[in-house]
Amino acid sequence: MTTKLDATAGKVPEIGPSQLDLLEKLCNATAVSGDEHEVRQIVLEEIRSIADDLKIDALGNVLAARSGQGENRVRVMLAAHMDEIGFMIVKKHDDDLFEFERVGGIDERQLPGKPVLVGRDHIPGVIGAKPIHMTTAKERKNKIELSSLRIDLGPDIGSKVKPGDRATFATRFEVLGPSIRAKALDNRLGVATLIELLKHAPDNIDLLAAFTVQEEVGLRGAGVAAYAFDPDMAIAVDSTPAYDLPHWDTDDQNVQYNTRLDAGPAIYVMDRATIADLRLVALLTETGDHEGIPYQRRQPGGGGTDAGAIHKSRSGIPSISVSVPSRYTHTAAGIARLDDWANTLHLLHAALSRVTPDLLAGERRD
Amino acid sequence: MTDLLPLLKKMLSAPGLSGYEGPIREIIREAWEPLTDELHVSRIGSLHGLQKGQGAEPRLRVLISTHMDAIGMMVTGIESGLMHITQIGGIDHRILPGQPVIVHGREDLPGTVVQPPGFLLPDEAGDGPVEMKYLLVDVGLRPSEVAEKVRVGDLVSFAQEPLELSGEALAGHTLDNRVSVAAATLCLESLKERLHDWDVWAVASVQEEVTLGGALTSPFEIRPDIAIIVDVCFAKGPGANDWQNLPFGEGIGLGLGPNIHPALYKAFETIAKEQEIPYTNDLMPRMSGTDAMAVQIVAEGIPCAVLGIPLRYMHTPVETVSLKDIRRTGRLMAEFIASLTPDTLETINWEE
Repeated sequence: MTTKLDATAGKVPEIGPSQLDLLEKLCNATAVSGDEHEVRQIVLEEIRSIADDLKIDALGNVLAARSGQGENRVRVMLAAHMDEIGFMIVKKHDDDLFEFERVGGIDERQLPGKPVLVGRDHIPGVIGAKPIHMTTAKERKNKIELSSLRIDLGPDIGSKVKPGDRATFATRFEVLGPSIRAKALDNRLGVATLIELLKHAPDNIDLLAAFTVQEEVGLRGAGVAAYAFDPDMAIAVDSTPAYDLPHWDTDDQNVQYNTRLDAGPAIYVMDRATIADLRLVALLTETGDHEGIPYQRRQPGGGGTDAGAIHKSRSGIPSISVSVPSRYTHTAAGIARLDDWANTLHLLHAALSRVTPDLLAGERRD
Repeated sequence: MTDLLPLLKKMLSAPGLSGYEGPIREIIREAWEPLTDELHVSRIGSLHGLQKGQGAEPRLRVLISTHMDAIGMMVTGIESGLMHITQIGGIDHRILPGQPVIVHGREDLPGTVVQPPGFLLPDEAGDGPVEMKYLLVDVGLRPSEVAEKVRVGDLVSFAQEPLELSGEALAGHTLDNRVSVAAATLCLESLKERLHDWDVWAVASVQEEVTLGGALTSPFEIRPDIAIIVDVCFAKGPGANDWQNLPFGEGIGLGLGPNIHPALYKAFETIAKEQEIPYTNDLMPRMSGTDAMAVQIVAEGIPCAVLGIPLRYMHTPVETVSLKDIRRTGRLMAEFIASLTPDTLETINWEE
């Protein structure tokens, strides 16, 4: 067994300038589902020196293990997906404009008038829209269909861009007061959190970190990662929408907010893909209560995380998800609070430190 | 010779929403200061620059009219730390969700226009476009901070950084009409180095996007003998491929229609041919949609020419222009003005 005696192991991780820099780098990178190369490189660079075992599997997942010390260590898998929603160029038209398709769930209404970056070289382009002067009032009552939109890379793009290239919104990471605004906060917040947890892994567990691929197109990476790790339990670390905006009719209350900013990490009880393991719900909420770390229970309902694939792997893996709430998920620019991110990291670290074999011992009592 | 790209980027770096042109006016003033003999601001905020001609006094006057104001938005209400907005100038609400903006509150606050989730909107919104009155601006601050910093009536400007595309194309907001201000600047620069008989009055006009207020008032004060109106015109692009749309990056639009004096049109056409400057006729069967609508009918009437710089995606934050067309416009104007003699005015007549 290897024992790594480095400065950070076991210590409580904090969000400081270097963590913010890392998140910025991760958010500004392009990693559309199926082409996660850029984020994978950043992850590898960050964790290469601290992982006891590190590999890239057949799908492109990064699997990193860090062993604890002592007897009866619980094998805890943490999964954070590296991929993001985006676009694929599908056709070059005669007018040198490019037709594109969406990858992952993107509302068409978020597309017109946006700058994008295409390919590994981040070539800038724009998704334009017809001038308002040339539209009719009737036309403006209908959304601008994806089929009519093009990516424009300028008149001299030649063969630098071709069908198959991926593209993302061109949004640059920015701190706005207590918030972060960026593209792909879903799920670079999770990736950055998992990197920090790996760097500060508590000794009582074997931490099995999966930086997964293809979450946005059907949770495809997480299942094989769970199979490979064969963990005792798993936590998906993700970002979930905060729909905490006012109702248009001010007399009506917003009862479907999912999560709220400033209320701390969102602990999942149930979503469309997973019913969280009740022992893990208790672990996380009791940790929050005990440590005085704010948290919220995510409103049960739709959505899904890597836990949806992980809990059905092998003979079944007790699983749960914890997310950093963020507004405007799957658009050009999400907004999350720095405090919510820090509290997510603290809650997860504290909860992992409290994991003992007793947690999952014996028959599950529902 | 000024490098166009940095000049243009500078012209895009300041807001100047209609009625609030102060910030951009100062940038233009700085650019025009070394190129003009006189510079002053009109009573409603337009910038007037005079570059004197070398002809004998009293000299004839040519006006270059370029509007400097920009479309944008204004805060109409604040709720839970989020702002409701309305438009200044014509904005298609369908391009707003996800746009970066700056809320000009007690301090400048970067934010985003956001589309609330469907369940928070009236049922009729469905999955169709969300009307502007239901869109919100989020500046990432908590409600108490927003209440301190933002008030109803504060301006909201687009904040998309300009993007350089291939083939000397630039994308960004407010290229309408800062590209024309840049073209006028190139023209003044060129004329500074050569003899011209006429006085040149360059005007960066206000409020084109709302009332044509600047274009109606500056010519009244200046009383030019002829006027050149420079604005953007519609380039071909996705969803824009009919007779109104000019090829992108392949030359200037030469306006043709009731707002334009036919003899001036012909004079520009002749110069363009002589100088081998590519152009396309920009057909304007009714109103031109430019400052010329106003300038033409100021006082006893002023003969106008309209030059158009082809622009894609007009009135979006990713308006796209070819730098080549801006340079061509500056050059065509300079060549035209240098060709003016005291006798030219007599040729701007109706003897067709």
